[in-house]
Amino acid sequence: MNETLEIIRSEFAQASFETFEMVFISMAAAAVIGTLLGLVLHLTSNPLFYRNRIINGIAGTIVNIIRSMPFIILIIVLIPVTRILVGTSIGALAASVSLSIASIAFFARLVENAFSEVDKGVIEAAVAAGAGTFLIIRKVLFVEAMPALVRALTVTFVSIIGYSAMAGAVGGGGIGNLAIMYGYNRYQTGVLLVTVVVLIIIVQLGQWIGDKIAMALTRK
Amino acid sequence: MIELKNIDVEFGQGSQRFQAVKNADLTIQKGEIFGIVGPSGAGKSTLVRVINMLQQPTRGQVLIDGQDITKLNRKELRKVRLNMGMIFQHFNLISGSTIAENVAFSLYANKYPKDKIPERVKELLDLVHLPEKADAYPANLSGGQKQRVAIARALANHPEILLCDEATSALDVENTEEIVELLKEINQKTKITIVFITHEMEVAKKLFDRIAFMEQGEIKEVSDIYTAFTEPREPIAKSLVERVLNVSVPEALKVGNDEELLRLSYTGDDSYDPVISMASKNYDITMDIISGKVDYIHDKPFGVLIVMLRGEESERKKALVYIEKNVYKMEKLGGK
Repeated sequence: MNETLEIIRSEFAQASFETFEMVFISMAAAAVIGTLLGLVLHLTSNPLFYRNRIINGIAGTIVNIIRSMPFIILIIVLIPVTRILVGTSIGALAASVSLSIASIAFFARLVENAFSEVDKGVIEAAVAAGAGTFLIIRKVLFVEAMPALVRALTVTFVSIIGYSAMAGAVGGGGIGNLAIMYGYNRYQTGVLLVTVVVLIIIVQLGQWIGDKIAMALTRK
Repeated sequence: MIELKNIDVEFGQGSQRFQAVKNADLTIQKGEIFGIVGPSGAGKSTLVRVINMLQQPTRGQVLIDGQDITKLNRKELRKVRLNMGMIFQHFNLISGSTIAENVAFSLYANKYPKDKIPERVKELLDLVHLPEKADAYPANLSGGQKQRVAIARALANHPEILLCDEATSALDVENTEEIVELLKEINQKTKITIVFITHEMEVAKKLFDRIAFMEQGEIKEVSDIYTAFTEPREPIAKSLVERVLNVSVPEALKVGNDEELLRLSYTGDDSYDPVISMASKNYDITMDIISGKVDYIHDKPFGVLIVMLRGEESERKKALVYIEKNVYKMEKLGGK
């Protein structure tokens, strides 16, 4: 018991910070780049915008390749890329690279889905009104898809929390890593329990906030 | 003026190919309310979407005030569309935006001065009699109210043309009436050209100045609305008109040897009661009214009667001459 408290006291703040760092970076990457990629996927598949089979095919294939790789394998495959980007393949920042890439691909598909769920008639009405693509994206696509986008981001957040535990494998650290290092490798069941409870609370909280925001944005 | 010249629209390829519109030719005059009717699948929606190039025609020209818009690039086309409003069956409002924002959308598209947008939105909502709903969301409005918002959005940039694709088909009778009245009012006030697609002949009767009948991708008949109802020529026109007049001949009806089945049309200038009674009085015949109806188009009455004329052949002949002279139109539907 004392040992558990000791470990928590000395390691938990650091682990939390690492998890926060990994999750924050990859959420930001997903929200920005994933949204853009999802938008490209949608715009190149919708005849009302710029349907382009080649661009859509290439973007779609890249997303699929990333998504079909088990995350642990993706981390290994991306080690060279990580080295180029952050100079090392170890640590939370390094783990954030593969986490971000996985999140971007994951979120991009969800974004594409969210956009394709937007009523085609509403977009058509906007086109008929003489609006340009940029205006339609801003005032129709994003407005209509916003609840779905928030839900998608929530799902992505939960996935990233899960993936971040695996990131421990490349020395990424984080709460998940704490559980593996102490709870599993050193039979500290107490630590395992605490980390699990903390992770559950984070995920629940994230889901709850996401649901609330999505609900508030839904006008139907 | 809108001119459609030899418009073909084809969907799909190879054996899946389907021709939605075949060689359509139409001229729609400035300021008129022009309707296109036909059964579902007739290609009328496709045709109206060709007018603002939501649907690219496979062949043919679309001339708006003489300018062929089928050859325009995206930017030029946007300019043309700013001058053409459109409303839809399912309203197609942005559900996540307020009513005011929905109307303002067209103004954003036209790069309307930002500081003048609230004023113009208010003006438009007044025009469609919905000033109090500016901050509501579409979900809180009735169907008729949603369509009025859509009309406000469509009229925001003072377009010369308003396209209506089944704009009343999702509405109940009262809301339909309301929208029809509003469109008439706007047409009179602004001289806007309205192209209205519908399968509802009741709407056609109340709203249109001229009408085109479409079937299987082809325009079968074009005429002014009064003539369309009093003298439909093509089978599709006849069947649609008859449905609204509800004067179809019962199928079980058999025409005997000394009988003739007649369809009598009356217009505002004739009065029809005396014809029947006078004919039966002056000649040795009887007349049964099988079905009939009087209706009004633009306040001009017209009626249709299906009657069975019975009697000796010689008497019938004399009666027919008399009747034909005294009604707007007489057609023989059966008998010798």
